[in-house]
Amino acid sequence: MIISRFLRRGISTSTSPTRRRSWWDHVTPALKDPINAVTDAFLADPCPYKINLGVGAYRDDEGKPVVLQCVREAEGKTGATNFLESTSTAISSKLVEESAKLIYGEDSDVIKERRFAGIPALSGTGACRIFAEFQKQFYPDSTIYFPDPTWSNHRNIWGDAHVPDRTFHYYHPDSKGLNFVALMDDVKNAPDGSFFLLQPCAHNPTGVDPTDEQWLEISSLFKVKNHFPFFDVAYQGFASGDVERDAQAIRIFLEDGHSIGCAQSFAKNMGLYGHRVGCLSILCNDKIQAVAIKSQLKQISNTMYGSPPIHGISLVSKILSNPDIKALWLKEVKVMATRIQRMRATLREALERLGSPLNWQHITNQVGMFCFSGLTRAEVDQLAKEFHIYMTHDGRISMAGVTTKNVDYVARAIHEVTASDRDIKILHNIGAYKVNTDICSTSLGTKKTRARGMNLAL
Amino acid sequence: MASTLLSLASATPSASLSFHEINKGKLNRGCMNKEKTNPFIKAKSFGRVSMVVASNVSRFEGITMAPPDPILGVSEAFKADNHELKLNLGVGAYRTEELQPYVLDVVKKADKLLLEKGENREYLPIEGLAAFNKVTAELLFGVDNPVIRQQRVATVQGLSGTGSLRLAAALIERYFPGAKVLISSPTWGNHKNIFNDARVPWSEYRYYDPKTVGLDFEGMIADIKAAPEGSFILLHGCAHNPTGIDPTPEEWRVIADVIQEKNHIPFFDIAYQGFASGSLDTDAASVRMFVARGMEVIAAQSYSKNLGLYAERIGAINVVCSSPEAAARVKSQLKRIARPMYSNPPVHGARIVANIVGDSALFKEWNAEMEMMAGRIKNVRHKLFDSLSSKDKSGKDWSFVLKQIGMFSFTGLNKAQCDNMTNKWHVYMTKDGRISLAGLSLAKCEYLADAIIDSYHDVS
Repeated sequence: MIISRFLRRGISTSTSPTRRRSWWDHVTPALKDPINAVTDAFLADPCPYKINLGVGAYRDDEGKPVVLQCVREAEGKTGATNFLESTSTAISSKLVEESAKLIYGEDSDVIKERRFAGIPALSGTGACRIFAEFQKQFYPDSTIYFPDPTWSNHRNIWGDAHVPDRTFHYYHPDSKGLNFVALMDDVKNAPDGSFFLLQPCAHNPTGVDPTDEQWLEISSLFKVKNHFPFFDVAYQGFASGDVERDAQAIRIFLEDGHSIGCAQSFAKNMGLYGHRVGCLSILCNDKIQAVAIKSQLKQISNTMYGSPPIHGISLVSKILSNPDIKALWLKEVKVMATRIQRMRATLREALERLGSPLNWQHITNQVGMFCFSGLTRAEVDQLAKEFHIYMTHDGRISMAGVTTKNVDYVARAIHEVTASDRDIKILHNIGAYKVNTDICSTSLGTKKTRARGMNLAL
Repeated sequence: MASTLLSLASATPSASLSFHEINKGKLNRGCMNKEKTNPFIKAKSFGRVSMVVASNVSRFEGITMAPPDPILGVSEAFKADNHELKLNLGVGAYRTEELQPYVLDVVKKADKLLLEKGENREYLPIEGLAAFNKVTAELLFGVDNPVIRQQRVATVQGLSGTGSLRLAAALIERYFPGAKVLISSPTWGNHKNIFNDARVPWSEYRYYDPKTVGLDFEGMIADIKAAPEGSFILLHGCAHNPTGIDPTPEEWRVIADVIQEKNHIPFFDIAYQGFASGSLDTDAASVRMFVARGMEVIAAQSYSKNLGLYAERIGAINVVCSSPEAAARVKSQLKRIARPMYSNPPVHGARIVANIVGDSALFKEWNAEMEMMAGRIKNVRHKLFDSLSSKDKSGKDWSFVLKQIGMFSFTGLNKAQCDNMTNKWHVYMTKDGRISLAGLSLAKCEYLADAIIDSYHDVS
């Protein structure tokens, strides 16, 4: 009604009648991104002790986001000159150079001979997307092989670039580790010259990484099959706490003479999530080819968004090129990785102390920000509904969300949902748990009681 | 099996057969060949596994250089020129009277405030910073616009104008497969690339009339009328790039009539709000007029020029829908497109704009600085016109310099004449005859007038 009144008022000079129609009637609501949907559900939950183990963003032991000191120092040194378009090019080149040194090794041949084409990218997503478009442009009939499972957005990225995907075996649900034999089989059976996406460390979502020996074998087989390895490096430094160590897989491939492609993200390891800083690099035969490929990559990004924003680029380039700030950064990365390792150990110990009959070794075997818990969808839902603990449906836990204060509660909750027959006595033993439920405004106890037929006094 | 592979790998030199070779099926059985350098050595086998021995050949061997960007090429040529009177009228980046780049005071202030606040760097939601989305829509449509009150605008933060246009292009490709976008002839060079890469077909409508160095209004209307019903018509909201030629308010009304008649959808690219007339509201008049008619409108915004935030890549895509429910659905699909492109947009530029537009003192300051920048350009236009009129005795009408608006001016010079501008006078401009007045100072107007007059009359 309002609309038609509006229309009549609006058409003063026009003599032609308009056909009232919406252009967008056929646009259906998009499915929510699975990871963001977890955050949304978490935000909507009024419970004061809710826990978000969904998105992979680092939190300190207070559960707070962290701005690294190295970032603050770098910021102090940069200024309004960033806004000048004249300095942008120089800063961007510096970012690419430093990023390449970080992942390929300062002393590597590819760096010395400048045998890489690189552009700054909008974090890891942006780097992957530019590569996917590049792959489509120059190998229009190719496909991409993803590990099974992989980050949920990978499929959308290559999908929107019109590159079909396949999977190769990766995670072994029984061992909760790597299914190496099946992985090698799949690599062997793929047509020669296939494109593969590999995660060099801290695999998302499983936390399961190949050993160095396994990487050597994978690299050999890749050589035989002439596959193209594309590495998505989102967690360099976050896996072991050491950026050099975490680049091992890539160094192995480099030594074997592969000309790889690499998407780097500085979202996690520098805490620059919102600034969208990353780098896409492709190794080439020589400097000349590098220039040609870079021009093609730039063209793809120019028609997508121009270039990435300079603020984040200048921060990263400063952090990596200033030795003092870089040293500080390396320390801070170690602190973050160490805290996560500690939480893994603590969570596992807590579950074992609770007497869980299940095997929780994978919590400490797995590496990086994520733990593939093995929890079922039903258990994940129960954790959200009854315990206000949020994670993605595949049971992926972001260990960054676990703190000294909440780890016991998380352990008990996991223990609770994975128990087929849990005695009420154990619940009564959980002193802190009871106190928490008193504070919570939603009647956790009552819900549980209804669901389980238990009488839990609050 | 795996260990056999491992020992093979250490025994043979690093090698890989070229992709090209494998495709040609040149894998053969035979003895090991340890040659390293010839990339086309045939592959050898060892047992069940073919081991290839050759030096590395990139699978991207045949990739050629992308064509150089014509506009940036101008700047490069300018840099290489050592002549003392050289003038760069190529790129559309604002320069002061001293021809220096300019960072707005209000931006420096906002940036400093951000630094002091020390906010976290967490991911923005896919649609961007809520505070930014709110102010950017209000800035374009007007704070009290009913479409905003009724929540009928789907606004998503984008990577400046380019990124916002790309989101819209992807939306069109997905939901209006086969629908064409009509772009003006000429238009900003990147428009075609954006629609090409988004796989959206496009064609041109007449716009620039070289005879009058003005708008070919009849041609424009005829071409819009002739387009298949339901086409998307790309319009520059103000300060047309590259010509500087904008329709008059009356012409805008007729354009709106025709678009409504043909059930086309208007798609505005607003890269210069505030920069054309000096007033943010005046420069939004065309968009607001279409919206006031109840039309569903797409509008891409950029803060690259009017806030000088070129390098921070901040803009927005707005889709005005007929209902809040449609707006919600459209917004969800824009998010669906953005997530596999870059996941979520960058935070810094968004916070700066939100702070400036959202704070009344800073907003006032911004208005003043914008008036100053647009004012400088208007002054330069006047000086150039005066110089041309007084120096040129041929009686040629140079008034188009005054009629055109914004950063750019289409001089009407052809390619040969432009070459003369560069080769003889060391004036750098794009070959379509476009000069960027943002790169011109009052002091250089007379020199430029001489160059233009010489090129126009003495070169064909």
